[in-house]
Amino acid sequence: MLLDVKNLEVTFALRSGPVQAIRNISFSLDRGERLGLVGESGAGKSVAGFSILNLISQPGFISGGEIFFEGKNLIKMSEKELNTIRGDRISMIFQDPMMTLNPVLTLGTQMTEIVRTHHKLSKKEARSLAIETLRQVHIPTPEKRIDQYPHELSGGMRQRVVIACALISKPALIIADEPTTALDVTIQAEIMDLLLELCESENMGLILITHDLSVVAQMTDRIAVMYAGKIVEIGKTQQVIRESQHPYTQGLLKALPQKRFIGKRLNQIDGSMPSLLSMPTGCSFHPRCPILDDRCRAERPSLQDCRLEGHQAACFKVEGK
Amino acid sequence: MKEAWLQFKSSFFLYSFLRDPVAIVSFLIFLVLVILSFLAPAIAPHDPYDLAAIDIMDAELPPVWMAEGENRFLLGTDGQGRDLYSTILYGMRTSIIIGILAVLLQAFLGICIGLIAGYFGGLVDNFLMRLADIQLSFSTLLVAIIIGALFQTAFGVEKYEDFSLILLIIIIGIAEWPQYARTMRASVLAERKKEYVEAARVIGLKSGRIMWRHIFPNALSPILVISTVQVANAVMSEAALSFLGLGMPITKPSLGALINAGFEYFISGIWWITAFPGFVLVILIFVINLLGDWVRDVLNPKLYKH
Amino acid sequence: MFAFIIRRTIQAILVMLIISLIGFSIKHQFGDPVRDLLGVSVSEAEREALRKKLGLRDPFFTQYFRFLKNAVKGDLGFSFFYKKPALEVILKKTPATIELVFASSLIIILGSVPIGIFAAIRPQHWLTKVFMGLSLIGVSIPVFLTAIMLIYIFAVTLHWLPSYGRGDLLDLGFWQTGLLTLDGLSHLIMPATALSSIMLPLFIRLIRSEMMEVLQAEYIKFAWAKGLKRIRIWFVHAFKNTLLPVITVGGVQLGIMIAFTILTETVFQWPGLGFLFLEAVQRADTTLLVAYLIVVGAFFVITNTVVDIIYVFINPMVRITGKA
Repeated sequence: MLLDVKNLEVTFALRSGPVQAIRNISFSLDRGERLGLVGESGAGKSVAGFSILNLISQPGFISGGEIFFEGKNLIKMSEKELNTIRGDRISMIFQDPMMTLNPVLTLGTQMTEIVRTHHKLSKKEARSLAIETLRQVHIPTPEKRIDQYPHELSGGMRQRVVIACALISKPALIIADEPTTALDVTIQAEIMDLLLELCESENMGLILITHDLSVVAQMTDRIAVMYAGKIVEIGKTQQVIRESQHPYTQGLLKALPQKRFIGKRLNQIDGSMPSLLSMPTGCSFHPRCPILDDRCRAERPSLQDCRLEGHQAACFKVEGK
Repeated sequence: MKEAWLQFKSSFFLYSFLRDPVAIVSFLIFLVLVILSFLAPAIAPHDPYDLAAIDIMDAELPPVWMAEGENRFLLGTDGQGRDLYSTILYGMRTSIIIGILAVLLQAFLGICIGLIAGYFGGLVDNFLMRLADIQLSFSTLLVAIIIGALFQTAFGVEKYEDFSLILLIIIIGIAEWPQYARTMRASVLAERKKEYVEAARVIGLKSGRIMWRHIFPNALSPILVISTVQVANAVMSEAALSFLGLGMPITKPSLGALINAGFEYFISGIWWITAFPGFVLVILIFVINLLGDWVRDVLNPKLYKH
Repeated sequence: MFAFIIRRTIQAILVMLIISLIGFSIKHQFGDPVRDLLGVSVSEAEREALRKKLGLRDPFFTQYFRFLKNAVKGDLGFSFFYKKPALEVILKKTPATIELVFASSLIIILGSVPIGIFAAIRPQHWLTKVFMGLSLIGVSIPVFLTAIMLIYIFAVTLHWLPSYGRGDLLDLGFWQTGLLTLDGLSHLIMPATALSSIMLPLFIRLIRSEMMEVLQAEYIKFAWAKGLKRIRIWFVHAFKNTLLPVITVGGVQLGIMIAFTILTETVFQWPGLGFLFLEAVQRADTTLLVAYLIVVGAFFVITNTVVDIIYVFINPMVRITGKA
């Protein structure tokens, strides 16, 4: 197993008191496996992604749980030990390529510094490696581009550079936080294809954080659906898409445009996600749930096994085995 | 009126003020200084402007707790035999009056110019903002010193001293308008970009009236923040001008003029003529700066950055 | 890039024209070149003759262009007090002021950069709180008061440092420097400290707030995710981005420093431009006053232009698009 997240909790120490942004989530990932973390904005999926490398910004902190990566517990690691993992064994891709690259440093500097921090490499070796990686992400004339500054590139190109940054040290896992949301629709598909191609050829694990179920369906082996800081459904991609058990997942799926229903209105889930400051009692989805009953209002459901192996959903209405 | 008061009472502004001891203490000190200085004619034991009451034989007496001190003069006397405590009270009144009136003048000039620049745009805007740039690059203090020097040359030293209070207000007022002008202009431009103004123009309505109604509330918090700091700056500019002999005459000294007068005696160990007014000046500027910091943190406006 | 330099230079020349126009108006209005040349004990008829000869009865702009033509050639008029060309008087006093400003800038840079960075990366540290408190007190003490306090402590009470003048100077022919003699340096310490006393806290606060803003940026978060060393993130990724706004503001602050040289030089009787300026005001030496205005104006315009061009050089974003 590559990554094993157990009972992770993240708390934000706000002035008005502590607020749990991630409430006891667990998931795991095998070497070369791709997992999609799906949910609306504010569901905690980005926080979950950033907490793996302990990169949540103040006032958030990991308040419980364990994260095993290649057998070692990342949470117990010192900042220095963690720095040997960051950017080397686990890389990240951020949402907005316009903001991710430092405007005053050349692309070359921003790429080579990664490998030169983690490995003993000469400037020349690092440079040729960076050029090679830029070629891998299909950047034309990388020998020239490498000395340019971020603002000389288009948004799509920049995201390719960000991917190259993540790729250059041949990590075992890439965490991509909404890697295409800030891009034009036409470029989105290109970037996703590139990411998929690279993960497959390099046998890298991928955690893809997105709100877009259709993207996840094409890209990943497994899906974890998050709602209000919890995983509400997790399983193989095909299972979750074909036999979704949680009413929230079902709602998300119905909201997708489908060929069969061309010309009809898209469905949407009524209401909005509760704020972390005022969680409803019982199941946090119950105020929006179409099939709720009294038990949902009172009790909080935990993940339960569904019909197929490895498929779980946190709902009392699950069709069990 | 009562409604406005109730609104203020429940406002975030007052709420955060009451929760910040530093803000409360500095505001109280500021208030005490202002009240003391404006009550100067009533509470000061001597009248430093009354030449007949001053005895040169009393000159350079140390504060009361030192060996040669006299009970009549709490903080000692200056080089002309004036009671230092009274003179400081009167001087502080002069400093505060100049500081506040100069800021009002700056604000008036700056707001008018900023409105004109923002509203007309184009060449007018370009010219006015370039002018602001140049003036700022020269630094407001240098501009004030130059204008002061010109006025003194133009009017002659005696006439200058007669009207020094008004002249100082004008000098500091002229020297520091660019800050306000930039803020006001930015506020106008931000409003112009909004869609309703565009829409109003498309259907042929006069956009001006609606715009004004939005611009002033928007500009209010940055102007408040600037104003607090500007009062401190104006007090400091006045002190600097007076110290250079381009400010208040020694017969009607401000804090700066008093420090300047004391500087002559300083080397010979008569420290109090400089030290006490200097201390009061620093406290005055410091509490205003503290209040300015606090106002900025609370209102947190997007200030115009150079 | 080249176009930018050209445009910025034209702008600088325009500003200089405006300054010279203001300067000339002052001279035209208040100055009396006849007195400057002849003194007071000459008959009215002779004066009138000289006025005609000097072209003082010509229209304003004719005189202005003559003034401008002379100024470009380096002739800024004649100081009646020094009985020398104004420019010569000014140039003689310039080294003193430049050395003073140089020493203060050194203090400001060496003090504000490390303290500002420290305060930004350790916002909760007790030292940061001390620095920020002190800096707020620092900006509240007028320069001349700091100067007086320094004199009282180190000259009057402790007798450690000399209280006025420049001390022994080394004549390099074109430049008299106090930087190369021990006595000159000891004379420089207090004026330089006083001059930097208000700028230093201002810069500490400026660097801190800019750097804190940069540290919140997404690219800094990305740098952390790369597993880089803290030192590299702070100094290469964050500080370089902090420098841009600091340099712009720094250019403006240099102007304020010149204003403060007038105060500092007055207190320490430092024989530089500021001292000269105040003397000129007191003696109503209009020619010298206007010459000072033009020289200092030129100094500002040149430094601001240079700062803008440096800014363009270190900011790749502006470099390409050519916009400031």
